Amino acid sequence: MDLVVAIGLQLLYGIANLALISLGLAIIFGMMRVINLAHGEFLMLGGYTVVVSTNAGVNIWVAMLILAPLVVGIIGVVVERLLIRWLYGRMVDTLLATWGLSLLLIGVITSIFGASTASTISPPLGVVRIGQYAISGYELFLIAVTALLLGAVWLTLRFTQLGLLARGTMQNAQMASALGVSTNRIYMITFGLGAAVTGLAGGLLAPITGVLPTIGATYIAKAFITVISGGASILAGTAAGSVLLGGINGIFTFLSGPTFGEVALLLTAIVLLRLMPRGITGRFFRKSL
Amino acid sequence: MNQDIARQMRPAFAWALIGVVFMFAAPHVLALFTIINLTTAIALAVLALSLALIWGHGGILCFGQVAFFGLGAYVYTLAGINFGGSTWAVLTAVALTSLFAAALGYFIFYGRVSDVYLGVITLTVTLILFSLIRRTSGPEYKIGKALLGGFNGVSSPPLNLPWDTRSFLFPEQVFYVAMAALILCYLFAAWLMNTRFGRVCAAIRENEVRAELLGYDARAYKLGIFTIGAGIAAVGGVLFANGVGRVTPDVFSLFNAALTIIWVIVGGRGTLIGPIGATFALFYLTSALGGQSVLNNNLVLGVILIVFVLLVPRGVAPTIADWVRARRGGAAPDRVRRRRRTPEDKA
Repeated sequence: MDLVVAIGLQLLYGIANLALISLGLAIIFGMMRVINLAHGEFLMLGGYTVVVSTNAGVNIWVAMLILAPLVVGIIGVVVERLLIRWLYGRMVDTLLATWGLSLLLIGVITSIFGASTASTISPPLGVVRIGQYAISGYELFLIAVTALLLGAVWLTLRFTQLGLLARGTMQNAQMASALGVSTNRIYMITFGLGAAVTGLAGGLLAPITGVLPTIGATYIAKAFITVISGGASILAGTAAGSVLLGGINGIFTFLSGPTFGEVALLLTAIVLLRLMPRGITGRFFRKSL
Repeated sequence: MNQDIARQMRPAFAWALIGVVFMFAAPHVLALFTIINLTTAIALAVLALSLALIWGHGGILCFGQVAFFGLGAYVYTLAGINFGGSTWAVLTAVALTSLFAAALGYFIFYGRVSDVYLGVITLTVTLILFSLIRRTSGPEYKIGKALLGGFNGVSSPPLNLPWDTRSFLFPEQVFYVAMAALILCYLFAAWLMNTRFGRVCAAIRENEVRAELLGYDARAYKLGIFTIGAGIAAVGGVLFANGVGRVTPDVFSLFNAALTIIWVIVGGRGTLIGPIGATFALFYLTSALGGQSVLNNNLVLGVILIVFVLLVPRGVAPTIADWVRARRGGAAPDRVRRRRRTPEDKA
């Protein structure tokens, strides 16, 4: 029984982890049809924000939950104004430009902090015991935060004025614009919010993974597969993609070690896309957010 | 028809001739160290050529061309160690890589995945190969006699004369082989672009729906050119393994994937010689940057990519060609005139 609970929680953590690293990407992709190849670097910047500010004496919770999303959100808005807005409607060029941005950010951070690991911080919260098994309390905390974050995004999209305008813009940007919505501003805010969520995720993961200028590359493969398999709708897509791929990754990791977990995840995604080219939410839950 | 192709390929033959002259002149003029370095650059140029073919000409946005390049290098190395000779290793590398690309391409093209997804999927494949091979450092990960070596990679056996496993080639001879391979791949790609197959691929790039309404199966043509491109990339990988002497998981890194894209963007999509030239230019730029520590390599390449996407989206070669044509007074060559006639409705 204890074993079942422990494995179940590990599986759940894997799923939450995927959802956490993908949500920011999904918000930007779902709302703006922009695939942000600098997504991994936004995660990396969130991590650096936490490590640097914690070492400077800021409380770790403040650094993770407030500073990381704030800093990366502001960077997101700046990037949108300087780079992305010139390229709306040109998906391929946006991809390439954000890739350039990704290299640029890696270069800048390497120049400032050096290529090796910055001094790390240890995860807060101790160990939770389930019978004879021990589970990191911080991992449980991350599961809870992911659930809360998904809930918050749902509430924002469903019940606020901003959410309504954003959904309208997403469905038909020209019509929204004709009705007096400044789609330009909506895009800017969306990109900033997506970046902020990404920064939060990067900050929360920093105590577990440590930070490196190139750490983004370890996340983005998983984040991209999750978002693409999930399809265009932000929440249902992220949730469905994370559950499916996180589950498969967890099961294969349990059976054959972490080496083949990611490969199984990739193969699943490729077969899935052969069957449903527009992702899970392209076929099921089409009306969902 | 054949005469037509020969006429279309005249500029390609001119470039190939320059290549041949360079191939025989360089070893007499340059030091051996430079020659060995050049071999690596040539291998990368073959990679750039393969992407120029499938992206610039076939319109397939493949972000993971290095996956095929790296697979070619790895298969060559592992097969070479196991077979004890390079002849079958080279053939196996190209065949297996093409097969892998065909299998991946089947899922992508027959699933009718859109071009942006295609880029992301191919990139993901590359990154997962990267993290997979990095983890294979234990003694249990081996293929036949060859240990995979994880992060440190495997040292590659040198090329030998076909079916004569005892006469290894010296670095200078490998340079000749590499240069000859580049010229042959270039001529092959230029020829392919002018065949019926290549023209249908171009038609699909310009307007997929229209090409399909005319009765061409876009999926099959795209799969075909994708597989051929992967085969050429594998040739580059084999040369790379020989130029460097070992192959590490770093061939699959995000940085290398980005670099390949940058060569084609800078050189110019739609030309073959542009990306080859850009590869040599940027290879020497990054080597020079490696010698100093003020400017980071990533930073410089990121700026180059952003600047080209925003300001010179067509790349250097087409921009120069336009400029030359304007100075000559608008006598546009045949190839360009035909392109102008196609509607730009996709842009």
